Amino acid sequence: MQVFTYILLGFLIVCAISVSFSRNLLNSILIFMSYSLVMSVIWILLESPDLAITEAAVGAGVTSILFFITLKKIHAIMETEEEEEEHE
Amino acid sequence: MSKKVPQKEYERTLSYHLKEWLNGSKEILLDNVEMKPQKPFEEDKELLVERKKEEQQRFEKVYDLKSNREVRFFRKAYRVLSVLFCLFLVLMLLIAVSNLPSFGDASNPVNNEVSKRYIENGLQETGSVNIVTGMILDYRAFDTLGESHVLFIATCTVLILLRIDGDKKGRSGMGYEMEEDRLYEPKNDVILQTAARFLVPPIFIFGIYVVLCGHLGPGGGFSGGAIIGAGLILYLNAFGFAKTERFFTRKTYQRSSFCALACYALAKSYSFFTGANHIESVIPKGTPGDILSSGLILILNICVGIVVAGTMYTFYVMFRKGDY
Repeated sequence: MQVFTYILLGFLIVCAISVSFSRNLLNSILIFMSYSLVMSVIWILLESPDLAITEAAVGAGVTSILFFITLKKIHAIMETEEEEEEHE
Repeated sequence: MSKKVPQKEYERTLSYHLKEWLNGSKEILLDNVEMKPQKPFEEDKELLVERKKEEQQRFEKVYDLKSNREVRFFRKAYRVLSVLFCLFLVLMLLIAVSNLPSFGDASNPVNNEVSKRYIENGLQETGSVNIVTGMILDYRAFDTLGESHVLFIATCTVLILLRIDGDKKGRSGMGYEMEEDRLYEPKNDVILQTAARFLVPPIFIFGIYVVLCGHLGPGGGFSGGAIIGAGLILYLNAFGFAKTERFFTRKTYQRSSFCALACYALAKSYSFFTGANHIESVIPKGTPGDILSSGLILILNICVGIVVAGTMYTFYVMFRKGDY
């Protein structure tokens, strides 16, 4: 179990660093989402399930959805799609 | 004695003209001044090119790194200062962390008589099996009152910033495109709709369970409300605004969150006047472990759940569409 916790913590650090280094905004939101999910697993391992529920619902769910809409509003997602269409 | 002036003579006086102008019945400048319709301003092409060239030259002159020493100095200074500032911040934070009491030490200030009291007498005094909920909604209920009001204020701010007023028909051009984007309904995605049809009822039931059993197990108003809000957002994404507006409009949100906050404030705001002291409630505690037990905690959990669910959903709708 200890090893599992260390693996999760390592994943958390990798996620936190790669969010700031990712060039694509969409990718960084997805990484942020996975950060929240791993964090909620860690909360369960730390024996605080209420925090785990809240983290999964707010961190991985609602916050990332709000980020997605904001990206769509500022046309950050649309542009990449158009570029891909052009390449094809 | 005022003398009655004949009409023709009166029409020549200044006061008559002033009165006419004030009433708007006659434009004074209409016959006296030659008027032409205004043309939109067009810059001469040669002038434009010249102006651009001049701007470019000025830009190059200012940002010429070889001759302009000020720019060179400031560029270096900014870099050095930013590195120094970051190092300073890191140092301060590290010093603060190193002065914190070590983790898990028995003599930490966290381990005082308060937490002992909570753990030993919590079940007896609040009737809640889940000590965390007992703490949040009974001993420290006025903290949670403030938290739910913070959420409500956050929604108000989002409403102020993102809400679009009526009068949508009058817009065109650039505004119209934005409108289209806002009014864009989700497509009839079969995969999403089928998944939502199976997922939304369990999500709602789980959220309601988490809210109602906050005093028995892990969970409570905030987490349950967040789950219900996420379920509402999923339902909205799959089936569009037409379906959700049948049961959840802005009026619903306003009334439900007002009722919930008022209920909470009525129940617990006395703590601000008694200095966070606890007043014995007349509601019986019931048997610990029952769903109808632990006095006010169940009602407060439902209130917080309603506020949080409404807040989450309103955030999404405001970001997405700008109005209900």
